[in-house]
Amino acid sequence: MTATMAPEKDVTKAAKRAASDRAQAENRLGLKLVAPAVVLMLLVTAWPMIQALYLSLFRYRLTAPDDRAFVGIDNYLTILSDDQFWKSTLTTLLIMVVTVAVELVIGFAFAMVMHRIVFARGLMRTSILIPYGIITVVSAFAWQFAFSLNNGFVNSWFNWLPFIADDTNWFGDYPHAMFAIMVSEIWKTTPFMALLLLAGLAQVSEDMLEAAKVDGATWTQRLTKVILPNMRAAIMVAVLFRALDAYRIFDNIFVMTKGAEGTQSISFLTYRQVIEQMQLGLGSAMSVLLFLSVLLLAWLIVKLFRVDLAQARGEG
Amino acid sequence: MASRSSTGSPRPRPRRAAGSVAALALASSLLAACGGDGGKPELVWYINPDSGGQAAIAKDCSTDEYTITTQVLPQDAGQQRIQLARRLAAKDPSIDLMSIDPPFTAEFADAGFLAEVPQDAKAKLEEQGTFKGAMDAATWKDKLVVFPFWSNTQVLWYRKSFVDKAGIDMSQPVTWDQIIDAADENDAKIGVQANKYEGYVVWINALVEGAGGHILEDAGEGVDAKITLGDEAGQDAAAIIEKLATSEAAPADLSVSNEGTAGSTFGSDQGSFLVNWTYIWHNYDDTAPDVAKDIGYARYPQTVEGEESRPPYGGIGIGVSEFSDEKDLALEAAQCLVSPESQGVNAEITGNMPASTKGYEYPKLEDQYPADLLELFQASVDAAAPRTVTPYWSDVSGAIQNIWHPPRAVDKDTPERSTVFIEDVLKGGDLL
Repeated sequence: MTATMAPEKDVTKAAKRAASDRAQAENRLGLKLVAPAVVLMLLVTAWPMIQALYLSLFRYRLTAPDDRAFVGIDNYLTILSDDQFWKSTLTTLLIMVVTVAVELVIGFAFAMVMHRIVFARGLMRTSILIPYGIITVVSAFAWQFAFSLNNGFVNSWFNWLPFIADDTNWFGDYPHAMFAIMVSEIWKTTPFMALLLLAGLAQVSEDMLEAAKVDGATWTQRLTKVILPNMRAAIMVAVLFRALDAYRIFDNIFVMTKGAEGTQSISFLTYRQVIEQMQLGLGSAMSVLLFLSVLLLAWLIVKLFRVDLAQARGEG
Repeated sequence: MASRSSTGSPRPRPRRAAGSVAALALASSLLAACGGDGGKPELVWYINPDSGGQAAIAKDCSTDEYTITTQVLPQDAGQQRIQLARRLAAKDPSIDLMSIDPPFTAEFADAGFLAEVPQDAKAKLEEQGTFKGAMDAATWKDKLVVFPFWSNTQVLWYRKSFVDKAGIDMSQPVTWDQIIDAADENDAKIGVQANKYEGYVVWINALVEGAGGHILEDAGEGVDAKITLGDEAGQDAAAIIEKLATSEAAPADLSVSNEGTAGSTFGSDQGSFLVNWTYIWHNYDDTAPDVAKDIGYARYPQTVEGEESRPPYGGIGIGVSEFSDEKDLALEAAQCLVSPESQGVNAEITGNMPASTKGYEYPKLEDQYPADLLELFQASVDAAAPRTVTPYWSDVSGAIQNIWHPPRAVDKDTPERSTVFIEDVLKGGDLL
């Protein structure tokens, strides 16, 4: 708005007042127009959050409503002093770090392919994006069947590998189960990473690349000195989005192991308290902690990698 | 953008037309919600998935006064509980009747979700010879809160060819030790349910009860109930699970095994013994006729030699929602749904056995099952050990699953560790 107002500096005071009156009226109209949306947003997001915060201070179970009592921060203390909470946090962080790292590499390769490909461009882009179009629960079931001991194909196709046998139970111990969960997660969300990186690639100016080529830069030099530095903002946004997503992993674990063998993530642990045990108090406290940890994670990534969201949008 | 002037706009019609369409759609959806059959009430029965038995008797029990329709709940008993409990907690009037797994009956009744079964209906259930175990599981604080519908139990299924080869006399009671050793020595696998789910606790409960113990006592005390899983009986149970899990008789998918996968193990070339529900008898009729001919059956294995086994108890009770708009009609309908005739029809279609002696007299069952198998089923239900009736069963069960899963990690410390953990969970000191 300020940019469009700038040329009006020279006009007379009267005209200026008229313009500002008009601007004010427009602002008021704008506020009125967005008001319903804001109210709706507050209703569906802020209100549940406040309610969760309130409930987290109570001992309250849906199936024992008479037993409700105010317990202060007891629920938080219970959670923070619980082994399972920290184990689940660790498992979640492990899944986040590994999947995001692998997705970044594969996603970048896919983005390069989508960017550079000359023939069958639409077809290629579509096929790379298909997994992202599939519902996570469906993809989790597909991979569960693939790894299943009874009717999966993984064991019979890959039994020539030293660590896979015909009777490998992929959901029978922590490392195997985590591998299966991560494969499903990576398969499903790599296209999203690729898409974000493709947007970054498109921002790298062809002129710069050509100049580098003329100067005799090799392919690796062009990649590391021109492409990657110019994509930094896009990469960081992709990492931020995916890291926050991965930290909230739920579907794959719910479908594949139901949290068995120590594969419980922090979201799954929350689900168990709220939905399975119907412990609204304890569960709400977990949700609040989950929310805070996501916030902390986002802040850490933004600070650590100095992500500039404005720059990523091309406004910088 | 310039605003469009309204001067002489000749086309206000589309808006009016759209308005009429919306009003019509709204009116028709409201009408549809009132139920079509000229005001005849519809009773909605939430059922666990089966092969059509409940839908068939819903049709049979519909009258001129009301129609019973069915809605299918998730496969997993825990998920059935969650879906029903959340809707009932919100006082959802659209649930009239529901099929409830016995371990969750107390929780629902304690929360005030269930209408009490009237005295005359209770008398009728007693008259038709409803099994004691079924009545006990349907009672909370001296009130009958669900109508026992079908009563299931597990028996020991075996492959005749295998026991011939291994030379075991199945006419005498067998112990878990015996069958594990036999399978171990003969390169065979035993089918059990040991995934991290309710079915695993069913097995653990049967083992503990078979050794003369209980998972918990004084259930009426709620969260202060006495957890006795750490006692000697719990140790005996843990020893059997440890022995099976570390032996060659354990199937590769032991830690993710359920009723279905255990059935597949039993039907494979390595099949030997299987503990599973009554419907297994017809499980292989179409898919593996050779296996079907090879099936034998015996009483559930003993935990301790010489001490009578306590087979698992399962089944379904029909509860009437306290929040139903048609509570009286639903209570009336439930009486028809659990009549001996209905129990028989359901057993005929699904293989889930009746909850009463009169139900077992349904003529077609004799054609479908050998007489001695029907006798074994009834004797097993009589001797069965239901899971403790407590409103906190889901906590207890969940805590046991947390500590006892995976089965290969079970050792002599497991019962004591789980006792401490259950106590902590019940008192709200630990996450589950």
